[in-house]
Amino acid sequence: MEKESLLTPKSSGFVSTRNACKLCAPLGASIAYRGVEGCVPLVHGSQGCATYIRRYLISHFREPIDIASTNFTEDTTVFGGAMNLKEALNNISEQYKPDLIGVCTTCLSETIGEDVPQMLKIVEMEADRPADAPRLVAASTPSYQGTHAEGYREAVYSLVKRFSYKPALPESHSSINLFPGLWSPADLRHLKEIMTDFSLDYTLMPDYSDTLDNPIWDQYHRVPGGGTPLQKIRNMGGAKASIEFGVGEDYYKLNQNSGASYLEEEFDVPKHSLLSPIGIDQTDKFFELLNELSGKETPIAHTNERGRLIDAYVDGHKYVFGKKVVIYGDEDMVMALTSFLKEVGIIVSLAASGSEGRGLKKALSSDDGETTVMADADFEEIREFCLENKPDLIIGNSKGYNLAREIGVPLVRIGFPVHDRIGAQRILHVGYRGAQNLFDTIVNTLLQVKQDKSPVGYKYL
Amino acid sequence: MTDFLKKRTSQIVTLENDAPDIACDKKSLAGSVSQRACVFCGSRVVLYPIADALHLIHGPIGCAAYTWDIRGALSSGPQLHRLSFSTDLREKDVVFGGEKKLYHSLVELIDTYKPNAAFVFATCIVGVIGDDVESVCRRVSREKGIDVIPVMSEGFRGTKKDGYSAACSAISTLIGTDDTYEAPEYSINILGDFNLAGELWILKDYYEKMGVNIITCLTGDGRVDEIRRAHKAKLNVVQCSGSMMPLAREMKEKYGIPFKKVSYFGIEDMSEALYEVAGFFQNKEMMNVTRELVTEELKELIPALEPFKRDLAGKKAAIYVGGAFKAISLVKALRLIGMETVVVGSQTGNKDDYKLLQKLCDPGTILVDDSNPNELSTFVKQKGADLFIGGVKERPIAHKLGLGFCDHNHERKEALAGYEGMMNFAREVHASVMSPVWKFVK
Ligand code: SF4
Ligand code: SF4
Repeated sequence: MEKESLLTPKSSGFVSTRNACKLCAPLGASIAYRGVEGCVPLVHGSQGCATYIRRYLISHFREPIDIASTNFTEDTTVFGGAMNLKEALNNISEQYKPDLIGVCTTCLSETIGEDVPQMLKIVEMEADRPADAPRLVAASTPSYQGTHAEGYREAVYSLVKRFSYKPALPESHSSINLFPGLWSPADLRHLKEIMTDFSLDYTLMPDYSDTLDNPIWDQYHRVPGGGTPLQKIRNMGGAKASIEFGVGEDYYKLNQNSGASYLEEEFDVPKHSLLSPIGIDQTDKFFELLNELSGKETPIAHTNERGRLIDAYVDGHKYVFGKKVVIYGDEDMVMALTSFLKEVGIIVSLAASGSEGRGLKKALSSDDGETTVMADADFEEIREFCLENKPDLIIGNSKGYNLAREIGVPLVRIGFPVHDRIGAQRILHVGYRGAQNLFDTIVNTLLQVKQDKSPVGYKYL
Repeated sequence: MTDFLKKRTSQIVTLENDAPDIACDKKSLAGSVSQRACVFCGSRVVLYPIADALHLIHGPIGCAAYTWDIRGALSSGPQLHRLSFSTDLREKDVVFGGEKKLYHSLVELIDTYKPNAAFVFATCIVGVIGDDVESVCRRVSREKGIDVIPVMSEGFRGTKKDGYSAACSAISTLIGTDDTYEAPEYSINILGDFNLAGELWILKDYYEKMGVNIITCLTGDGRVDEIRRAHKAKLNVVQCSGSMMPLAREMKEKYGIPFKKVSYFGIEDMSEALYEVAGFFQNKEMMNVTRELVTEELKELIPALEPFKRDLAGKKAAIYVGGAFKAISLVKALRLIGMETVVVGSQTGNKDDYKLLQKLCDPGTILVDDSNPNELSTFVKQKGADLFIGGVKERPIAHKLGLGFCDHNHERKEALAGYEGMMNFAREVHASVMSPVWKFVK
């Protein structure tokens, strides 16, 4: 994680961050926790962090998102948060009756040196603790060490480390562990569908495809149904293989703790690191791996989807060729997206991420030089780049809207957060079907510009 | 499941003849999932609309990232307030201190954006890592020749209300620093209107028609130089009494400026606000103009509301907002369109406002302080509410359970103040409650 010196300026020469292109670590951890069955996230710090995170997630998912806080006061800051933590655990248990409480730390609790894992151990060992009391887990997520994307991975790692072991029963050894990035619920659903189509047993970690994308309710569900069952996390140590979607091979070494690496080191579960399967090249890699792991051919439904996608690439190739695009967002998303855009002939003139992005830099800067790579970027830097090098299109989350409006180019919304459109949960990025969705959206956006700008007003394009 | 946290029992009251007073002004319980934010949030809300000032948030990135351009406080000129500036502290800064980074950030931002003043928000870890924010501010202020004002808004130092006071103290350092200004006779300041969706401009129009001059609205379309002259006003008109009362009291003490608490929501309260001001100046002509103005507005508005009222009669509403004072206006405004309030609560209401609410609401209404999703969702179901009025955090509670929703918070995009605002309010409530989609939900 990031430990850079305090006055290293950004590429813009500024030491301050102007319009951040990242969020903070406990937000990512909270999403991961919400992807575990029966889990309520608890942010160990003052009330504001938890409430802001909730508010932020609600504006994207448009779902109830209950995240508790240990609610630090001045006294807590001086004397430590053990009492608050305990009170919070009790109150959550009383109100929510969860199976699991996922604690993540904040800048404040880390700065005063709280040892949360130790505190949880003490709570769990208390003699009068009821047998059905929730399990507890802690992730260390100070935001001065990493962004929301890193907080997400850290919570996944903590869950795996806390609960998984090598089961004695051999039947669990046919299962595949899947570690997605911060994908949309639609992406997670599609991933599960692919696994099912290959008749592969899997553990998706985390799985918030239901918990953060619920149908309408008759009454409030304090802990929404769905999520990765704890028992499945336990069995992850006995899986046949792990697939980690991130920034590729060196993610672990470059950045931080990873659940898949932990399982490989501790229990010899082979780890396969892939970019997110966005576009044909990356999805092919994923499907090839599934062919290998399942010993099966790709099911016809998916080869057909791939075929139709190529057909669409052909139909639309001229509209996108040579178009210049600026993309930004989470590092892994930006890398996979770059791969997709290049395979259809789009020039990625800027690939930016608010993360430290050492993987991003490594992967993209060795390239042909047509792509500027910006790590630790903020939106003012992205803006300054765009003013100098006006792109045809901007692709990223809603945060780029003002920029797109200022320079007069369209914004194609993907990733997280999307809070100025409905349906963020349903944006499909991954698999052949996801590429189809992205390709259609991009082509149609460009066509609309062409049509709107044309003095003739062609009806056929 | 109706089990709530037992420790919160005193903050929930069902109105009956001998109902006890509701408990309030308490710390949120750890693990309660309160809808409140923090001290910083309170300060940020109040100071945010000062559009020509630099707002630098000192701390790790989250506090700044989450508050980037989330409010609908409009400016008629500079838009500097809509950018989010952070010192974005990293691990090394936490170990060695963030003062240097703060200093350099301030210097580069002031040089680049040339603000008329700068506010520096101290967030949670700043004090803990030993940064002397005040001294850095003094130094930069000296070097750059503008006011650089520290706002001690560490999240854990209380509630949002304490953040309001911290912001009030910050503003008060500017007030009185321009003595050259000669104020017209009938001059007021507006306190506590944030110009959400341009609401201030609606009010300004009314006051101008009455011959009243607004020196500054401080926290709505605010400008540093106007705030410097605020002490020249004859009267402070305070809306959203929760946030700006500390400043109103201070100005009364320091400059002898009296204040009046008003609200601009709904017909009664809006009209009352204008009459109060006219009455204060004891000017007959102004009173006549005001009466005319109100009559004119109502002549149009009342019949225009009729069709909405017909549709909405007997529908039930739940209200959960920041302060209880606003809730009072909302209950009245809802009555005007035929709706009954069955649940009402606020994050940080005070005793007096809750008392008024308790008097105003019908028996059976549930009154709640510092609530959470579990309680709110149960109450709206229990009471059969058709509509929820709240903010972004309440919206999914409403929508998930199949209730209409109206955003009456800082993020609203519709002007809801004034007579025009009452019309918008009716339209918005109507559009939500009368939608045919609910038939699929029930
Ligand atoms: S509680 Fe502290 S760290 Fe959290 S948002 Fe508020 S000021 Fe920032
Ligand atoms: S203190 Fe840290 S955890 Fe809390 S909001 Fe700020 S950056 Fe996020």
